[in-house]
Amino acid sequence: MPSIDQILDGKGICICAGSGGVGKTTTSAAIAAGMAAQGLSVCVLTIDPAKRLADSLGLAELGNEAKQVDPKLFERHGIEMKGELWAMMLDAKATFDELVARQAPDEESRDRVLDNRIYQQISNALAGSQEYMAMEKLFELHTEGRFDLLVLDTPPTRNALDFLDAPKRLTQFIEGRSLGAFIRPTGLAARVAGRGATVALSVLKRIVGFDLIADLAEFFNAFSGMVDGFQARAKRVNSLLADRRTCFLVVCGPQGEPIEEAVYFHRKLVEAKLPFGGVIVNKVHYPAERLRGDGADLPSTLAERLGDEGLAQRVVDNFNDYQALAERDAGNIERLTAELRAQAVIRIPYLDEDVHDLGGLGEINRYLFATSEERIELAAGRRAS
Amino acid sequence: MTGKGGVGKTTVAVALGLRAAGEGKRTIVCEVSSQENASHIFDHSEVGFHEVEMAENLWSISIDPDESMREYVLLQLKVRAMRDLLFRSRIFTYLAAATPGLKELVTIGKIWELAQLDRKVKAGRKYDLVIVDAPATGHGIGFLQTPRTFAAIARVGPIHSQAQQLDRLITDQEHTGTAIVCLPEEMPVNESAALEHDLRSEVGVAVDRVYMNGLYPERFSKQEAEQLAKLTESENGLARSAARAGLSEHSRARSQRAQLSRLRRRVEAPVKTLPFLFEPELGVEAARQLAKRLH
Repeated sequence: MPSIDQILDGKGICICAGSGGVGKTTTSAAIAAGMAAQGLSVCVLTIDPAKRLADSLGLAELGNEAKQVDPKLFERHGIEMKGELWAMMLDAKATFDELVARQAPDEESRDRVLDNRIYQQISNALAGSQEYMAMEKLFELHTEGRFDLLVLDTPPTRNALDFLDAPKRLTQFIEGRSLGAFIRPTGLAARVAGRGATVALSVLKRIVGFDLIADLAEFFNAFSGMVDGFQARAKRVNSLLADRRTCFLVVCGPQGEPIEEAVYFHRKLVEAKLPFGGVIVNKVHYPAERLRGDGADLPSTLAERLGDEGLAQRVVDNFNDYQALAERDAGNIERLTAELRAQAVIRIPYLDEDVHDLGGLGEINRYLFATSEERIELAAGRRAS
Repeated sequence: MTGKGGVGKTTVAVALGLRAAGEGKRTIVCEVSSQENASHIFDHSEVGFHEVEMAENLWSISIDPDESMREYVLLQLKVRAMRDLLFRSRIFTYLAAATPGLKELVTIGKIWELAQLDRKVKAGRKYDLVIVDAPATGHGIGFLQTPRTFAAIARVGPIHSQAQQLDRLITDQEHTGTAIVCLPEEMPVNESAALEHDLRSEVGVAVDRVYMNGLYPERFSKQEAEQLAKLTESENGLARSAARAGLSEHSRARSQRAQLSRLRRRVEAPVKTLPFLFEPELGVEAARQLAKRLH
């Protein structure tokens, strides 16, 4: 089983996908920190406005510009930092504005979009806009070539792979230039569109009101002249995602549903012909040792050693509870491994301490960056090591 | 019900539903974005855009935005043929697909419809309580703000007034409230506090409760943990593993209690705790157990 640095060897982009609440941000930060420690210049990007990433990297806050994490912080946690770790939080609205400015043929068209009331309302909330802007920023940073590796913490959408469709959806959206022609009640366009469209339009106006339709038409018109530019860029973003130097990692938890989702993500990535690197399963309950029917005398052994039968029973109950979870996890991971065949499934144990700072990231990295042999040793005696 | 992803929102939503249904309230749990988590909990086949009874007095629906749109347009036009004409037209298909936030708006529209005592759909059942398993944190705020955004975009006209009506439903503090589900870990606690603030000040919705979910039992005292620590040094094999598992439990339970007090300090709404359930998968039995602990 390869370690994460073997999987990412020679890669320029690492995209961490997964549904919400599986530790995606923490994993992204840990990977970025670990790769930087090995000597690369790494930037981790998040789109999540929650302060999670900033918190875990010891930064007060993140903005649309990359900030370097103080190397001294790593020293303090006993991590040798040979490279550089940078982090940024994507501001979807600012990125969208920049993109419009870049694509607009002239200042007037640019301002027409930026000043449009509907644009201002939706540039932050447009379905898929955050996702698309994440891809956009990734593309821009990649083109600049400032960093050896970019790690993207994908947005916590319900369907974690929504972002793959984002460029397509955005261009579809902007292609609304034709709408302007449709809604003018007279003129050539109306004649071309035919009576069907005119009737449909009058029905539509009855539901939504004329003003809104007119406003929308103005909005879509404002984008005309940028459509080709947006399309070309979306195409380049897509080919970057499919590039051999890009690597998709799926992050999940060990329970039934997250594992199902990981299997689904993997299939989708393969279908879309995107470069899949492996799955990282967080918070796995490692069985200390498998109970193979030899646990019968455990209660009496413990009672004797502890001199307290009640306590011994609680220790046994607790042990059984955790063994049940460990067995569930093992079964789920077995299913995942079978589905993925020879590809990497990296397990991170459920650590005793909640991971939320650089020290915790270092702890995770002992597993992410471990070779197979080291991993077995870690599992066997992790408190002692 | 809202909260960070993976905190158990659906399970708590279903538990709350079971509780209310048990008290004789006709209750419905709504899933959004075509999710089917609630029907999975009941081991029921997918319910889709139908109100299906899962337990006595407890229904479930998965709100599909396209279906909501069809229903909404029909209610507006009243004539099926006209609706179909509209749905077949290019301009409508285009607008429906491209207009940002429209899916969220019609989803909230359906929730509003479900909550009406005078249901708009034919032979609609009256519900005493409508529970929405809302999208996670960041998306949850955007979701609840959709009506207001639309009302602002539309300025005047039917969409404007209907969007305003939906916003009034959300901000009606007497009849509508949110509950945040949290886990006893650093980041979910930070996020829940930020979420409560945004819900109150940005959305203007009431935050009635924060559920601290997945709290471990405190099985061992500090003194007992010390005994177990000694055991891990002197023993081998199973006894050592069992002692070690006990120590892990002790340390997790303690750090969870610290997070619980942080949460209590940082949120204004009352905090209720829910126990971690040592079950391989959380099904309807787990939801029933939680239902007993909800008040």
